[in-house]
Amino acid sequence: MDSLTNTIHAVPLNHYILLSAIIFSIGVMGVLIRRNAIVIFMSVELMLNAVNLLLTAFSVYRGDASGQVFVFFIMALAAAEVAVGLAIIVMIYRNTNSVDINVLNRLKW
Amino acid sequence: MSTFYFIAFLSIFFSILVITAKNPVHSILYLILTFFTFTVHYILLNAQFLAVVNFIVYMGAILVLFLYTLMLINLNKESEPVKPFMVKIAGVFGGGILAVALASSLKLVATSNPVILKNPDLGLVKNLGKVLFNEFLLPFEVSSILLLSAMVGAVLLATKDPKTAS
Repeated sequence: MDSLTNTIHAVPLNHYILLSAIIFSIGVMGVLIRRNAIVIFMSVELMLNAVNLLLTAFSVYRGDASGQVFVFFIMALAAAEVAVGLAIIVMIYRNTNSVDINVLNRLKW
Repeated sequence: MSTFYFIAFLSIFFSILVITAKNPVHSILYLILTFFTFTVHYILLNAQFLAVVNFIVYMGAILVLFLYTLMLINLNKESEPVKPFMVKIAGVFGGGILAVALASSLKLVATSNPVILKNPDLGLVKNLGKVLFNEFLLPFEVSSILLLSAMVGAVLLATKDPKTAS
């Protein structure tokens, strides 16, 4: 494990921020260009994970363990969010027989 | 050092595949690969607890939930909705603008201090457990209420209403 963590030594902090920014932007693009509600939901998960990675990188950079505890709470939050969101998607599918978000643009049936 | 750039390239590659794959099942499988590369990032940062939790919670629980839901609602390719081409171009343009704005406002191409692990057992279970159960004990207990309410809400939403069900 020592040799593995030594490989990280030369990576600048900005490259972690850049990677997280790119993956967050990919998540935003996924929300904008897809109409399938499940794929939009997966793009939101992608954005959450980009933030998680950045929090961990900052936590290691500052030598503070609180950032990693925040990531743990975000994961618990994401689990709750996924359970409720997928239940809503199943309910929508039962009512409209599709997961196309354009069917829901009036927010009523 | 080159390990990080290789894994970062794989993360970006698979996350692009997630949003471009036509079949939602392929999207979920690419999302599993993306989360696996995130696990490798956590291991490289020596955050071993987060690596294990990411592996179990995200790849094990959340994505299985996604796959189950997809199996329940039975999508086929004919019902896959597609947005107009111009809307797709506008979406990609907007996301690219966001990335460029973030990169330029934070001066991300400039040189910065390297990420150095000062305390090697920062991300180990023992250290994180001490922080979690001392400073963050109340948020930890509140998150259990959050999970309980989410579970009750999911069951309530997903069960059929006996009055409206035909």
